[in-house]
Amino acid sequence: MAITYTSGEQVEVYRFSLPATVLIPLTAIFLQAWLPQAWLPLRNFFSVFDLPLLVTIGFATARRSPLTGLLTGSFIGILQDALTHHPIGLYGISLTVVGFGASSLGIKLDVENAGSRFLLTIFFYVVHEVVYFTIARGLIGLRMASSWPHEIWSGVANAMLGVLIFMLLDRVKQRT
Amino acid sequence: MDVLGRYRNLIVLVGVLFAQILGLAVQVRRTTDAEPTRLIRIWAVDAITPPEKVLVWVETSTSSVWHNYFYLRGVRAENRDLKQQIERMSLEQVRMSQDADQARRLQALLAFKEQFISQTMAAQVIGSSGSELSRSVYIDKGEGSGIKPDMAVITADGIVGKVLRVYGATSLVLLINDQTSGVGALLDKTRLQGILRGTPAGEVVLEKVMSDETVPVGEMVLTSGGDGIFPKGLLVGRVTKAAPGSDLFLNIRVRPAADLSKLEEVLVVTKIDERQAEPDQTGATRAVDILAERLPGVPAKPADAVKAGVEGTAPATGAGSESKPKAVLPPAAAGSAAPMARTSSTPKATATAGDTTKAPPQPVKAAVEPKPQPDVEDSPH
Repeated sequence: MAITYTSGEQVEVYRFSLPATVLIPLTAIFLQAWLPQAWLPLRNFFSVFDLPLLVTIGFATARRSPLTGLLTGSFIGILQDALTHHPIGLYGISLTVVGFGASSLGIKLDVENAGSRFLLTIFFYVVHEVVYFTIARGLIGLRMASSWPHEIWSGVANAMLGVLIFMLLDRVKQRT
Repeated sequence: MDVLGRYRNLIVLVGVLFAQILGLAVQVRRTTDAEPTRLIRIWAVDAITPPEKVLVWVETSTSSVWHNYFYLRGVRAENRDLKQQIERMSLEQVRMSQDADQARRLQALLAFKEQFISQTMAAQVIGSSGSELSRSVYIDKGEGSGIKPDMAVITADGIVGKVLRVYGATSLVLLINDQTSGVGALLDKTRLQGILRGTPAGEVVLEKVMSDETVPVGEMVLTSGGDGIFPKGLLVGRVTKAAPGSDLFLNIRVRPAADLSKLEEVLVVTKIDERQAEPDQTGATRAVDILAERLPGVPAKPADAVKAGVEGTAPATGAGSESKPKAVLPPAAAGSAAPMARTSSTPKATATAGDTTKAPPQPVKAAVEPKPQPDVEDSPH
């Protein structure tokens, strides 16, 4: 559960194969769009989770490269935006920030244990929501119906799922 | 140079963010229909929707095989109930078609132009946008099937939304509960008009109805046709709450008739005809005709009796001498409608003159069982 400070020399940097780099984000976006429609009774349950966000955090913390992290976040976000009817860039900007932040924190913190991953995911879920809300409201003029209790519960739910997804990502990541 | 290397990540971050914000601003400010991000959207849709289509096809095929070949429990009883329902509805249809015909005649008098849905295309919902802030769904029909932007999307229950973007084999449908959607709507009884909009929470509200109006809960909301997308008169939903708002307008909440959270199949309105209302010239089916078709055949009467009957009724009705009930029932009582046109000189009467089949039917009993002529008329004087 403890988040420990580690020096840059101590942390291990991982990479992902090209198929994993392409297919995992695509699968996350696909599931995000398909699951609520495939299981209509569980639509509200599925809509709580943000799989592309979790994959962005997972990739960023494993690679520990801010540059790669922000580009990964940007790519996933733009793809996610392209499926909506809103202008492209809403998810793009927020996931860029999340990718950069997660990989920067990944250098400084031990993100190999479940506790730290859980807290990290909650933190970046809130960051994502704040950035998204700000852009949507400020640039697009969209109104959002959100409440803090709902956001916190969604953050916890995403963090629990995030821990599982990071464990799956551990299986496909390769040591550099 | 050293500074650039030290802050390289931060510079790239700022550059990427700036580029995206600039892109957003361009998209928001665009005034033409040309969409600068279309290529990205096509790539994304082409990457995501084919697997969705395959999975939906597998799911529907499996479900179809199960329900159509194996799970047939209760089908006979259901079939019997449906037949009874059809009979009831047929009789009701006759009554309603007479009402509709009367309405058409009145509309013709007013030179009223109507919009009719003349062609629809069934489509399967294959996926969502993946965002709660974008209430839209993807359907499995696209440009190749003749779908175009701004076509109305409906179900048997009510309206669903409109086609927003069209791709090769899929289309994006914006639902009416999205906050960026807008539908011209009117209240069924009070005929008050407003604009139907979605809320961030996914509810539907009717805006721009003045607060001094009275809107009862439960009243039906229909499309007004003012948006140029939905034809007039389609069911939208029912009012669930009507309270004074913070401004001059009422805060009216509407529950959509179509369940927008459980969409599976929809109909895309591919063609709307706008035509002048014309009175029906072909003639409506009368309730007595339908009843006559269902009645058992009356045994043929002896030739003498039939002859007597025909002689007795022919001058009055002009009908033939067939003995079956259906044939003996007077068809359109042309003789009774013509006098109406002749004796009346008002425009209304003129409009109904061609409608010779709408005259009230002659008494059935008189035709089937003709009364014997009084002896006094038979006797020569």
